[in-house]
Amino acid sequence: MTAIPSQMDRRDALGLLARAPAARLAELLPELPAHDLLRAPEIGTVMVRGRAGGTGAAFNLGEITVTRASIRLPSGHVGHGYVQGRDKSHALRAALIDAMGRPDIIETLRAEETARRAAIAVEAAATRVEFFTLARGEDE
Amino acid sequence: MYVAVKGGERAIDAAHDWLGRAHRGPAEQAPLDTAQIRDQMALAVARVMAEGSLYDPDLAALAIKQARGDLIEAIFLIRAYRTTLPRLGASAAVDTGAMRVKRRVSATFKDIPGGQVLGPTFDYTHRLLDFRLMADGELPATPPATGDGAALHAPHVLGFLNRDGLIEDTPDDGKEPGDLTREPMELPADRALRLQALARGDEGFLLGLAYSTQRGYARNHAFVGELRIGAVSVEMEIPELGFAIELGEVEVTECETVNQFKGSRTEPAQFTRGYGLTFGQTERKALSMALVDRALRWDELGEDDQGAPAQDQEFVLSHCDNIQATGFLEHIKLPHYVDFQAELELVRRLRAGAEDEA
Repeated sequence: MTAIPSQMDRRDALGLLARAPAARLAELLPELPAHDLLRAPEIGTVMVRGRAGGTGAAFNLGEITVTRASIRLPSGHVGHGYVQGRDKSHALRAALIDAMGRPDIIETLRAEETARRAAIAVEAAATRVEFFTLARGEDE
Repeated sequence: MYVAVKGGERAIDAAHDWLGRAHRGPAEQAPLDTAQIRDQMALAVARVMAEGSLYDPDLAALAIKQARGDLIEAIFLIRAYRTTLPRLGASAAVDTGAMRVKRRVSATFKDIPGGQVLGPTFDYTHRLLDFRLMADGELPATPPATGDGAALHAPHVLGFLNRDGLIEDTPDDGKEPGDLTREPMELPADRALRLQALARGDEGFLLGLAYSTQRGYARNHAFVGELRIGAVSVEMEIPELGFAIELGEVEVTECETVNQFKGSRTEPAQFTRGYGLTFGQTERKALSMALVDRALRWDELGEDDQGAPAQDQEFVLSHCDNIQATGFLEHIKLPHYVDFQAELELVRRLRAGAEDEA
């Protein structure tokens, strides 16, 4: 549990924690372990950028709400949470799990996110149009 | 000029109390839950997020409830709230090519890799009122679709035209984009600033302008090369970590138009393009944005200034923001007694002068 995760694993875990529903994280980590606050939970915004034509020059599209928090465990492990939305306990739990390293929680979140995305992909696939073509040049 | 007035506190308090009761509706009705607004009025929520320029479905639902369904008032509330929050940073540009699409259509190509996906669309409905929604009974629930849930691989359609050189390229100039919420916009504005202004501009205003280009005021023959709606990841570099994380996910609508080609003796003919990108499922807005973006590019594409409203960036950019517009428009309802008194005096004096001369 205390194995130091690779940067890719940590990046991956922080993303899953950020995108998970706040209520779900509260279920998975109901009790908060002892910790010191390095940065009390703070609500702010992040400017989301797009690109002209999808691939061209960047432009500012609009903001999203983001909440962040940083903690230190008694063991000395430091954790950071940056989560979408305005739920301070969500950011705090993300920071705690980042510091604790809880692969069980991360894998649960991964499975749930995969299922959420798959459910939408299934609905979308059912609305795929198969247009009939009367003459297809490429079939010649 | 607006001159401050004193008094009226009691009447104002009473008006706001009445507003509170009117807002609640009859006591015997169940109050609206903001989660119901978020999920069942999702397209109103999308519009408030797009024009409020803040993606947060819960806040948008609250604003709609508080504004009694007046979406411009709701957008006003969101814009005001946004100014209270610190800016934590800017994301990397979202990768719309990697969008997890729930809708994706092309009006220019029948057969596109990944296929055409209709998604939850009003297109092809008969626009007949469904009285079952008004009756007590719910609509019969249809079972959700089944399938393997594999993500659709849907590369940008215009990329294929681009590969053959048939459409203009849109290279990344690597420039840091200006932000009109931080610095007042100066005209002429570059395309990045124009796109930001259009993305938060009023849907109705942009729809009217886009329609005017279709009717011939700076016509540029737009085809919908691709329209897609779905979720994109928002990634930001986190300074204390030293690397970027995907800290969120937003639903966006993206529209790419294929427009009138240009060419010359030295350059082969090539299609041009317009671009729309908006928060939420807001396809009328994204489509309008793409048409207006294209019309505003007349100069860089070497087209004639036809004097059309949609080509005039000062006209478009200075008037597309519905909060600026409604702020200035609605302030004339407020007491202007001193101002008007001066005008009244002037007219009386002019009339008196005319009578003296007669």
